[in-house]
Amino acid sequence: MSVRAQTEVLPLREPGRLRSLVDLYLTTMRMAVQEQFQYRTANYFYMLGMIAEPVIYLVVWTTIAEQQGGSVQGLTVGYFAAYYIVWTLVRNMNIVFGAPFWEYRIREGDLNRDLLRPVLPLHYDIAYFAGWKVVVIVLWIPLAIGLSLVFDPLLDPRPLEIAVFAVAIWGAYLIRTMFQEALGMLCFWTTRGAAIFDLWMTTELLLSGRLVPLPLMPDWVQDISRFLPFQWAFFFPIESLVGELSNEELLRGLGAQLLWTLIGLAIFRLAWKRAVKRYSAVGG
Amino acid sequence: MNTLRVGWIFFKVGVLNELQYRVNFVVQLFQSAIALVVGLLVLALVYSHTDELNGWSRSELLCVLGIQILMGGAIKTYIQPNMMRLIEDVRDGKLDYALTKPEDSQVLVSVREVRIWQVVDLVSGSVVLAVGLADVSAGVGALDALAFGVALLLGAAMIYCFWLVIATGSFWIVNMWHAVELFDGIFQTGRWPVGIYPGWLRYSVTFLVPIAFAVTVPAQAVTSRLEWQTLVLAAVFGVVLLVFARWFFRFGLRRYSGASA
Repeated sequence: MSVRAQTEVLPLREPGRLRSLVDLYLTTMRMAVQEQFQYRTANYFYMLGMIAEPVIYLVVWTTIAEQQGGSVQGLTVGYFAAYYIVWTLVRNMNIVFGAPFWEYRIREGDLNRDLLRPVLPLHYDIAYFAGWKVVVIVLWIPLAIGLSLVFDPLLDPRPLEIAVFAVAIWGAYLIRTMFQEALGMLCFWTTRGAAIFDLWMTTELLLSGRLVPLPLMPDWVQDISRFLPFQWAFFFPIESLVGELSNEELLRGLGAQLLWTLIGLAIFRLAWKRAVKRYSAVGG
Repeated sequence: MNTLRVGWIFFKVGVLNELQYRVNFVVQLFQSAIALVVGLLVLALVYSHTDELNGWSRSELLCVLGIQILMGGAIKTYIQPNMMRLIEDVRDGKLDYALTKPEDSQVLVSVREVRIWQVVDLVSGSVVLAVGLADVSAGVGALDALAFGVALLLGAAMIYCFWLVIATGSFWIVNMWHAVELFDGIFQTGRWPVGIYPGWLRYSVTFLVPIAFAVTVPAQAVTSRLEWQTLVLAAVFGVVLLVFARWFFRFGLRRYSGASA
């Protein structure tokens, strides 16, 4: 080709990098979709096993609401049904490359291979689990229909709420990914991270809205959770679809999700730099 | 008699084996403590919004929680590890080693494993139950206590049968792992008296997965709300399950051809 063509190609190097990263994401996601779709029965069993938890919460709070004439703290029976049905999707979006897997990755020596690649393992994790989510969402739809027939949810979202929800479930996914990956860095320092991960999960359970819609929590708990990432990965996405948030609250929620994703990412990067320096290969 | 002796020997060996791993005790203690705290917090939360749940007071639900933890401990100490091992052995073809021994194979596959550190849950469940009972206004009569003991044993036997049937399924379906996750999830329904669940779910966790018999019925006994018909039903259903599980296990065995041989 001519000289002119070459000089035109040169400035493209940066966009090229971006393009290959996009390519990596798309390919990994496609791979994950194909791989996980093969295990659809296993995936379904897993999802069914997770349904018991929200159904129990739902029944308990429905019972209390009915005893008190139809609502608890202004939350109606129909609201609870909608909340815990949408819960099942958000819970699935919250499944990411968990911190405990870092221990496995280090112990088994998988990290050696990952370090040889020209991109951070983080990219691969985000892409792979995101692809998996596509399968999960498809499998979730019949489940949600079934639950809706049984529990009669009160769901009447505006178009904007649906749009925000569609974005917010991915925001939830990113927040949880960042914090789990950051937490996983502990595995470079200790082999007994499990205790900390358990504590973290429990805090998450209580403060995220997974256990109950946050308005049912005592005020001081709600105050604390306002300053933590957990509710933006759980309560907010559900509430964006089920609740009566104003446009401003919806957008502010998305902003909070972006903020917490970046904070998580920053913590991860800081820890990762130190962690890799500490790392000495085990196994091969 | 021989059955008991074999069971006891396996139990001793299993315990000695587990005692080597003492750190596991601390790990178990920690996990049980977290689970207990969450359970208590949930109860506190529920009763901050109401005085009674479907006719059950707070201390009565504390009893339910205690029994659920206790039963969960029994399942994880003994029933689940043995059944998991059975599923694994069928897959790997190692069940030959159990089958060729001159002892009833159902007995053997049911006593080979013991996870002694799960005893923590047996203890903490009992403590929660005791604390709950101390507050139950009606008090517990001798007859109630007896009914409680019987109901608890029947419940444990039924859960064992349920697990044996599921594990026997591995003669046909190789991957029964998911059954475990399903069970762990469904067992949480036992945290609450089954009366609160809608009909389809109530029947499922009573007759399909006998959690109601394992947790709610004993809880009814200690809170003086058990009717004798329920206990009779539990006894009859328990015997039916035991017979069925035994038949089903032998039926499944006939399909087993061994993978290692």
